[in-house]
Amino acid sequence: MKTPRILMCPPDYYGIEYEINPWMSRARGASPARARKQWRDLHDALLSLDVTIELMTPQKGLPDLVFTANAGLVFGTRFFSSQFAHPERQRETPYFDAWFAEHGFTVEHLPEGVFFEGAGDALFCGETLYAGYRIRSHAAGHIHLGDVLQRRVLPVELVDKRFYHLDTCFCPLAPGQAIYFPDAFDSYGRTVLEQHIPRLIAVDEKEAERFACNAVVVGKRVVINTGSDRLAADLLRAGYECRFVELDEFIKAGGSAKCLTLRLDGEDAATW
Amino acid sequence: MAKTKSFVEEIELHGHIIDSLLLPKVLDEILTRGGTYTIKKIDLGKRQTDPSNAKIEIKADTQQQLDDILAAVHDHGATPTTQRDCEFELADMNGAFPERFYSTTNYRTQVRIGGEWVDVDDQEMDCGIVLDLPLAGRASDGSRSPSLARPANEPRARCIPMVHVKKNQPIVVGHHGVRVLPAETSARASLFEFMSSAVSSEKPKGVTVREIAATMKRTRAAGEKILAVLGPAVVHTGSVEHICELIRLGYLNVLFAGNALATHDIEQALFGTSLGVWLDRGLPAEEGHEHHLRAINTIRRLGGIQKAVEQGKLKSGIMFECVQHNIPFVLAGSIRDDGPLPEVVTDVLVAQDVMREKIKGVGFCLMTATMLHSIATGNLLPAAVKVACVDINPATVTKLADRGSHQTVGVVTDAEPFLRALVAELKA
Repeated sequence: MKTPRILMCPPDYYGIEYEINPWMSRARGASPARARKQWRDLHDALLSLDVTIELMTPQKGLPDLVFTANAGLVFGTRFFSSQFAHPERQRETPYFDAWFAEHGFTVEHLPEGVFFEGAGDALFCGETLYAGYRIRSHAAGHIHLGDVLQRRVLPVELVDKRFYHLDTCFCPLAPGQAIYFPDAFDSYGRTVLEQHIPRLIAVDEKEAERFACNAVVVGKRVVINTGSDRLAADLLRAGYECRFVELDEFIKAGGSAKCLTLRLDGEDAATW
Repeated sequence: MAKTKSFVEEIELHGHIIDSLLLPKVLDEILTRGGTYTIKKIDLGKRQTDPSNAKIEIKADTQQQLDDILAAVHDHGATPTTQRDCEFELADMNGAFPERFYSTTNYRTQVRIGGEWVDVDDQEMDCGIVLDLPLAGRASDGSRSPSLARPANEPRARCIPMVHVKKNQPIVVGHHGVRVLPAETSARASLFEFMSSAVSSEKPKGVTVREIAATMKRTRAAGEKILAVLGPAVVHTGSVEHICELIRLGYLNVLFAGNALATHDIEQALFGTSLGVWLDRGLPAEEGHEHHLRAINTIRRLGGIQKAVEQGKLKSGIMFECVQHNIPFVLAGSIRDDGPLPEVVTDVLVAQDVMREKIKGVGFCLMTATMLHSIATGNLLPAAVKVACVDINPATVTKLADRGSHQTVGVVTDAEPFLRALVAELKA
């Protein structure tokens, strides 16, 4: 079995410095010490699952660089760099691009003017790439990606600003199996997921707000934020074991376990 | 009749648009915002990974509604197919287009100028398109101008026949930024859908006559004009009184014909014969073959049809009713004409121009018993004008359709019974 490789970025400069989603509040802010501890706990939990972790150098003034899932989309040795919707995050791109170029990836870009937020909005389940659009990414970008990758891409519309990225409301577990929060999608999007993914586990709103869908899947283990006991029970029935890590400090910025990681060798649910 | 949606844009939707439900979603967006759509083309991928492609024409009642629809569908990945303005070249000589000129059809056409679609006026087949732009928008050196700045004044475009081209007029070239909008299907409902293009002598005439009468009534109710294009067989077959009745009932507002129709109509009024045959007895009159020439001579001596009526010399017939009811008529000359009558326009280019002028506002055209004038008129009419072509010779109708007048309903029958039934239907 292959050793999973995950990219992370230490939260040295993490904080709530701007507000670009409903979770962020500069007034409330985040605790640096607690954030560092929680990030370390996640890091260690992944290490305990025999994951190889690559680290990026944190950059002052880029608090969200910690959310490496949004760097881009990895497909084999190709890296499709994100084109962030918000200027605050656009400044992260040169650092992500440099890291991937230095680590043997071919860095590619989508057409100019198209917003695309990487693995935050594009997740493979089996051979199909599911792609969230409307809030952060453009449907046109996903469609373009389908042409480039020669893969089926199914754009699904996100309708709840709290779940602004696909990875906040949808998490592939294995080909044909995924977790999702139905109300984050419009009726077409829900239908698309229900038609194409035979084993869907729905998350309730309370647990969705705890970022239950923002999970890191390693084999049959699922690493998520605390407070998703119902999902954990459902996952157990489906043959998965949950590892809880307290990640409240990152939820203050609208991210959790999945957002803090980027799988470099392809998700377990992806069939390339 | 459904209200015409005249703001149109074609979009393209690409990708896995069936599996992702983006296609039905985009179509739903169009409908829920009050627009309508036509799927012009759809290519479906064969394997799961193959993308599909759809071209969809969107129609809306207002520019605002169209913009709203385009903005909505854009979010789902749909893009307008035409992103370029039309190209033009300045005419390098009088009386001819630049080599790459865009050749028009009789269908409603639009050209894209400064990102906006502009309707082409005076739609006519086999013409070019001349742009009416403020001077600032033109290239002064006569070279091709691939991009058009949005002119301060509203830009306009119209069809122009080759002979009327003047040096330095901007003429549309190539096909970029030009689009042709097919006839409204709603307008083709009933008869014009029912009959489609097939011409046959074996179709039920009663239904056809009833539908043509209904179309004429609708045309008049809509404030549009009815044009009749008539050949001399109308007189030969004894249909003059039916045409006179159409004029008196207000169902004939413009008349196109040649020297022959007017001549034989006047011959009948003056002598009771048509081409020397007594119309009441069907027998040739003695020295009757001279009648038509004597009729022409009389009218020429009086200074024309109008004067003959004014002086009380011409007291019945189609031409008499036209003068009495102020119905404009165009008599276009041909090389075999006797006389001709003074009103006949012998320069065919001038005749075409007069006909162009008179077809403005025409909503329906009835062509009977003339191949020459029917095809000439068909060439000038925009496709939106419905045409009924009644001729005993099926070739007349098919020739009309073959030359691009696809909006024509053909009725293969003798003129007289048709016109008699039509008048009866209109009076019913």
